[in-house]
Amino acid sequence: MTRDENRYWNPYLAGVALGLVLLATYLLTGKGLGASGASFRAGAAVVNAVAPSHVEQVPMLAATTEDGSPLKNWLVFEVVGVALGGFLGALTSGRLRGETLKGSTFPAGGRWAMAIGGGAVMGVGAQLARGCASGQALSGGGLMSAGAWAFFLAFFGGGYALAALVRRQWR
Amino acid sequence: MIFPTDLLSQDALTPVSLLGAVVLGAAFGFVLERSGFGRAQKLVAQFYLTDMTVFRVMFTAVVTAAVGTSLLAAVGLLDLKAVTVNYPTYLWPMIVGGLLVGAGFVVSGYCPGTSVVAAASGKLDGLLTVAGVVIGMVAYAEVQPAVAGFHDSGKLGGVFLYRLLHLPPLALAVLIAVAAVGCFAGAGAIERLVNARRDPAAGPLA
Repeated sequence: MTRDENRYWNPYLAGVALGLVLLATYLLTGKGLGASGASFRAGAAVVNAVAPSHVEQVPMLAATTEDGSPLKNWLVFEVVGVALGGFLGALTSGRLRGETLKGSTFPAGGRWAMAIGGGAVMGVGAQLARGCASGQALSGGGLMSAGAWAFFLAFFGGGYALAALVRRQWR
Repeated sequence: MIFPTDLLSQDALTPVSLLGAVVLGAAFGFVLERSGFGRAQKLVAQFYLTDMTVFRVMFTAVVTAAVGTSLLAAVGLLDLKAVTVNYPTYLWPMIVGGLLVGAGFVVSGYCPGTSVVAAASGKLDGLLTVAGVVIGMVAYAEVQPAVAGFHDSGKLGGVFLYRLLHLPPLALAVLIAVAAVGCFAGAGAIERLVNARRDPAAGPLA
């Protein structure tokens, strides 16, 4: 059988599979899935290694050291699993390849700047919202939380508002 | 009530609960990859209306989880409140946070979770998005005391749509599932309309 790297699961079946993973997570662990929380803790661990006295003075950073290391946290281990599952998925689908995804006429350096800048904006947003697309829209949304649904709608609003402005990077 | 379990609780931090975290995370990452969410073009196509896979997968997952949790709660297998207590609403920061995450998504090409999948698939732009998220989150933590008023505004506690609408959770979950079928038909119609006016040889986002 030849692998077609442009073949994906049917989106509805993929959605049901994703929903069942989320459901299992609620049932087994008492909370949903997440992503940005682990990224924050990775950053907090770096700051804690370099300047532990500074961490004590910043409330949100200090809160990550409650159980000792900022990395001693369920979400951190879950995101290690996400990387593992993503790697296995890419390996078996033919999509594992070192590259920068961008349009053919757009410079790689510009695309890298967009990635870091867009990522930083999402980092600020995820702190305000107490979660990202995973921890808030998906996990809060699946519990029919009003705040999560407001986040979900605003998320699409923010994306559509800016889409035309940054389309050039895909051309 | 059998669920949620104490053994694998996210608060337990025991070896078995952390092993559970890796296994559930791996399942999450694998499904995201198979959905196409390790590729920026597949994700941002949602915002150019050429491919609404993101909406289909996300909304189907939310419906599945909503029907599943409310059904298990209705038959007494799940203590729903033990889970929902972890999802308080802070209305204004959640709306502004959603706008920022959506804007950052279309700029970077990923969300914080899918950027991890992309990085694990070898995508340098995915890895740099992960780095950007870390930088943004730590930077926000540094200035958070100065914006604490807004950070904690709209603090409404646990607000759930079925309570606002005075419906049993399962009834609302079923209504959302029915609405989803209509939304998916609408999404398909928009895709066909947009793609009919484009040159298919020019690529998915040109």
